Amino acid sequence: MARVLITLPRSARLGEVVEIRTLLSHPMESGQRTDAEGRLIPRDIVRQFSCRYDGELVFSARLDTPIAVNPYIAFFTVAQATGTLVFAWEGDNGFRQTESRTLTVA
Amino acid sequence: MSVQRRHVLIAAAGTLALPTARATPEAMAAAVREFTGGAPVRDGGVLFDIAPLVENGNTVPITVSVDSPMTAADHVKEIGLFNEMNPQTLIAIFGLGPRAGRASVSTRIRLSTSQKLVAIAKMSDGSLRRHQVEVLVTIAACTEG
Amino acid sequence: MMQRFVGLLLVIAGTAVADERRSGFDFMSPPLQAMQRDDTQNPAMLAVQDGAALWAQRPDGAKSCADCHGDAARSMRGVAARYPRFDAAGGRPVDLSMRIEQCRVQQQNASPLPNEHPDRLALEAHVALASRGLPIAPDPDPRLAPFRGRGEALFNRRIGQLDLACSHCHDQRAGARLGGSTIPQGHATGYPVYRLEWQGLGSLQRRLRNCMSGVRAEPMPFDSTGIVELELFLARRATGMTVDAPAVRP
Repeated sequence: MARVLITLPRSARLGEVVEIRTLLSHPMESGQRTDAEGRLIPRDIVRQFSCRYDGELVFSARLDTPIAVNPYIAFFTVAQATGTLVFAWEGDNGFRQTESRTLTVA
Repeated sequence: MSVQRRHVLIAAAGTLALPTARATPEAMAAAVREFTGGAPVRDGGVLFDIAPLVENGNTVPITVSVDSPMTAADHVKEIGLFNEMNPQTLIAIFGLGPRAGRASVSTRIRLSTSQKLVAIAKMSDGSLRRHQVEVLVTIAACTEG
Repeated sequence: MMQRFVGLLLVIAGTAVADERRSGFDFMSPPLQAMQRDDTQNPAMLAVQDGAALWAQRPDGAKSCADCHGDAARSMRGVAARYPRFDAAGGRPVDLSMRIEQCRVQQQNASPLPNEHPDRLALEAHVALASRGLPIAPDPDPRLAPFRGRGEALFNRRIGQLDLACSHCHDQRAGARLGGSTIPQGHATGYPVYRLEWQGLGSLQRRLRNCMSGVRAEPMPFDSTGIVELELFLARRATGMTVDAPAVRP
């Protein structure tokens, strides 16, 4: 499991627009670099990111090689009922990671 | 720093290779056309926030935001980011919607060289807005050698 | 040179003189400063999490770091700010990374790891974080003096095909431009550092070796006495400045 840092407010008011920050440890190998022997290092990047709020897709991102190493994605969502945010990353070489966090809404 | 000298420096570094393919302004225009479906795009209403002078092209923080109430009737559906000189033209496509609350996304990109970048927002009414920026990318001094 | 001048003024005048020393942080653009300042955005914090996990881990039934040292935030407070320190067994100074590695190998019977291994950097980041916000306070151990003197001599000596001394860029031309980059003063307040050029975390030794490559000099070997002597002088030169580890730098 890759190291991840997810930041969201401890609680929010109903209807408040809150910022979610995600930082994932991932090499985002572009496929353009060569190793010490001059061989091309194959591409290995995260291609897709999504955030679902109680099952409903509230944010998505299709990523390509110009996204930097250790991808950082910050976005906003409207606080509705207290619920579970599920973050999912998918990429080359079968990379798949899911994280859940609870957003508490007063 | 001239492009020639930069190529020599990259070759000397040993671990980086000069990309064999490089996007071009034409490739960016084509990618943008594919995203917009050829529909007319207006400048303004979108802000592609990026430092005009970048200290290191490896990791460049950016924020793209769109003027929009983000209601069910009037919101941003997608934001596409494109570049003209990296080997790959498409940077990212973000999917939003009324549940986003605010049309603002931050991420970090890498830029191979000084170039133009463009952010295009697709609105719920089918209209398209754009912000194009020009960025100077400098190389870090004193690297692995 | 500048540091000694300021120090001399302080001693003679006994009153506060404006400290002209600036962290590399101050030479960065606002977006990069934001990246460092905010723990929710700083990529080095990923390694800090790894370091915290390693700190608590018991390798093959041996003790964990925590078993002897408890909570690092408490027990390691001020430690990074004191290094390099004198190692009696080796008869020479060692930096924090070397000291942690010594502990791993001798106290935990762990296999040695190469310099710049992610686990070594993660542990160093975890320990250095405990000194964040504290002033750099080098160990006053008199045994360090001759080594520090040699470090200072190296700082002021021309080296490499470009025939430059560290002082030429980092004392005399700090704030000026080298290519497109602004030359910082070269105070090592934030190590281990997430250097954008490396796209990852790295040690002060790695950065110093990059400097040497930059003037086309043969980089000093990792963990050599010479490179630690330079680290020792840099710590004296930065005395009193605030630790901002783990930092972000271009």
